[in-house]
Amino acid sequence: MERHFERDLNDLKERLLWMGSLAERAVHQAVHSVLDSDEQLANRVLAEEDAINELQIEVDDRVVQLLALHQLMAVDLRFVLAISRINNDLERIGDQAVNIAQGSLRILRHPRVKPYVDLPRMSELAEEMVRDALNAVVRRDVELAQKVLASDDQVDNFRDQIFRELLTYMMGDSSVVFPAFELILVAKNLERIGDHATNIAEDVIYIVQGQDVRHPTVDRR
Amino acid sequence: MHASARPAVSVKITPPVTTPSSREAQAPLVMRMTVDKVNFFYGPKQVLFDIDLNIAASKVTSLIGPSGCGKSTLLRTLNRMHETVRSSRLEGQILIDNQNILAEDVTALRRRVGMVFQRPNPFPKSIFENVAYGLRINGTKLSMSDAVEKSLRHAALWDEVKDQLHKSAYELSGGQQQRLCIARALAVEPEVLLLDEPCSALDPISTAKIEELLVQLRDLCTIVIVTHNMQQAARVSDFTAFLLTGQLIEFSPTPQLFTTPSDARTEAYITGRFG
Amino acid sequence: MSNRLRWRKFVSHFMLTLTGICTFVAVAVLFFILGYLVYHGGTSVNWNFFTKLPAPVGEAGGGMANAIVGSGKLLLLACLFGVPIGFFGAIYLAEFSGGTIAFIVRYAADLLNGVPSIVIGIFAYSLVVLPFKHFSTLAGGVALGLMMIPITLRSTEEFLRAVPKSLREGAMALGASKWRTIASVVVPAAYRGILTAVLLAFARVAGETAPLLFTAFGNRFWSPGWTQPTSSLPVMIFTYAIAPYEDWHRQAWAAGLVLLGLILVINIVARVILSRGVAVPRT
Repeated sequence: MERHFERDLNDLKERLLWMGSLAERAVHQAVHSVLDSDEQLANRVLAEEDAINELQIEVDDRVVQLLALHQLMAVDLRFVLAISRINNDLERIGDQAVNIAQGSLRILRHPRVKPYVDLPRMSELAEEMVRDALNAVVRRDVELAQKVLASDDQVDNFRDQIFRELLTYMMGDSSVVFPAFELILVAKNLERIGDHATNIAEDVIYIVQGQDVRHPTVDRR
Repeated sequence: MHASARPAVSVKITPPVTTPSSREAQAPLVMRMTVDKVNFFYGPKQVLFDIDLNIAASKVTSLIGPSGCGKSTLLRTLNRMHETVRSSRLEGQILIDNQNILAEDVTALRRRVGMVFQRPNPFPKSIFENVAYGLRINGTKLSMSDAVEKSLRHAALWDEVKDQLHKSAYELSGGQQQRLCIARALAVEPEVLLLDEPCSALDPISTAKIEELLVQLRDLCTIVIVTHNMQQAARVSDFTAFLLTGQLIEFSPTPQLFTTPSDARTEAYITGRFG
Repeated sequence: MSNRLRWRKFVSHFMLTLTGICTFVAVAVLFFILGYLVYHGGTSVNWNFFTKLPAPVGEAGGGMANAIVGSGKLLLLACLFGVPIGFFGAIYLAEFSGGTIAFIVRYAADLLNGVPSIVIGIFAYSLVVLPFKHFSTLAGGVALGLMMIPITLRSTEEFLRAVPKSLREGAMALGASKWRTIASVVVPAAYRGILTAVLLAFARVAGETAPLLFTAFGNRFWSPGWTQPTSSLPVMIFTYAIAPYEDWHRQAWAAGLVLLGLILVINIVARVILSRGVAVPRT
């Protein structure tokens, strides 16, 4: 029997996914504004920030209402709680994209430090993680979520690699310190984006299996 | 000029339709019934104090509160059922579409404002005759069997009883009997349907069926429901009124009352910290 | 301790036996009477009994056809007179009246029930026989009807009251007026009980003799119409039993048997109807 609150649940899910697509787009545009030295792209990211933040507030409002008005149980309850957390992660992803865009604008004032080799690979991985995480939410796909979890280490490695490489550049030539430093920050932002995608993947596992897979080293008894 | 974002594989790129959540108030609201400064007495004892309430058309309004707060009493004034008790006295006005119900003929009023009671009370007649009862009194434009079928469909009971219309109503289960009573009340096409704790005698599945029914019935008529189960009020109603010892403490849209009530007493009640 | 226990056990068994004996006696009386009637009158319950008029004094043969028809007419009148009054009175009491009036009416009905039947007879005598200046079936019917009123009224009222208030409210909430509610919902819901009440009242007055003694009086022949005295079974029993004729004695036994049989059958039918279920919704 279909219950009328299912309509509200579906509305909530749609809004979250729309927010996800906005966040994904923001990351893509921000990263390419760095890689392609595109100022307009960076500005576009900054302009679209509000939309994501508004959605976060709206999604949270709806979550509160759903929990108060319908005594959700089991998978519905986990789903709504997870949406509340995913909401936050998406908003942070948006924030990180904005940070990248702002960094991009600052980098543009300087000549390129070096050809970008690792950065495109890292950004592609981060984007893929976000995309996979959102698809895992839509399809409630635990395997896809596991794939995202597995990629987290790789992203961390990329960040370390970029950091080491740019450090040598900065030590060798002091004029590139400013843009190189910004690039390190961009790498850091991308790594954070990867972390948030990982959080989303953990929430998917929670929804589907009821298992809280965060912090595997913590003793759960 | 860089190409715009690559669309994600299965995530939408068009914004969802901005429908408000299914329970947000869409302006403007028409008021179907108005309770205006009503004070109610059983003999010398005052039971309702200065009640002012607006019932919005095509919405579900619920009355909640602890036992003895007067919610059933208030409900029964809306179709003047309180007059069956000799010592009852009503001061103030109750309007339906801006006409005073106290000035109107009571049987005509009760055609416009129907009632479903706490325990199912079908008549000792067949299922068909139960639904047809009100039609025989008040007349109908359709043929009797068409009108009965229409009502039973509206009450989501037609499929279960269409082959047994001649059977006694008492052979139905509790949940079916209550839906029969709803069909009986709907048969005369009332503008307002009053329900006094309609699910309190029923099991959870029957309760769920009736709750879904009520949400759909909004298109047909205005609904006022008294319930001691506030979760039910939360699930089903658009507006909620909280009563305490005969006073109206708070009256708000349901999402608002259950998330951020404005009165501390309301909050104490809905968080279960009462008494 | 065990002495006390033994004493208690003894008392318990003694009382059980005592109550058992009393019950047995009570039930046995009924069967005794029945047996007596069958024994003495069984042979006389024949076709003649039901179809022939009483034979002239001293002659054998003859029956009680006129008494049977007379009883029938009297009871019919009694019902026509007593049942509507009792029925509508009960409706008034159950549905319309307030505390004091209801109390008075009920008390009066109970008192009427307790009035000796012969006094009712005198009343009917002065009411119907004197103005018309002769005994009549009508007078007998009135007397019996008066006796039916309190039984019908009180029983019907009880059964009407037993109809749950929720049914009335359900009808009124649909816009039914008070009368419509009563006629279409309350009375149909109580009809089994009402029927039982009428049957029991009928059975009660079927055997009344005293009021008929000076209202219907008696008649050796057919009683045409309603304004002539008429014979009736109870009065015939009385007349025949104290007569010196053996044949008449036997016929009196037969009449007693028929009367008792009728009353027993009515009682059983009434109980069966009632046990078929009072109309109460399933929870």
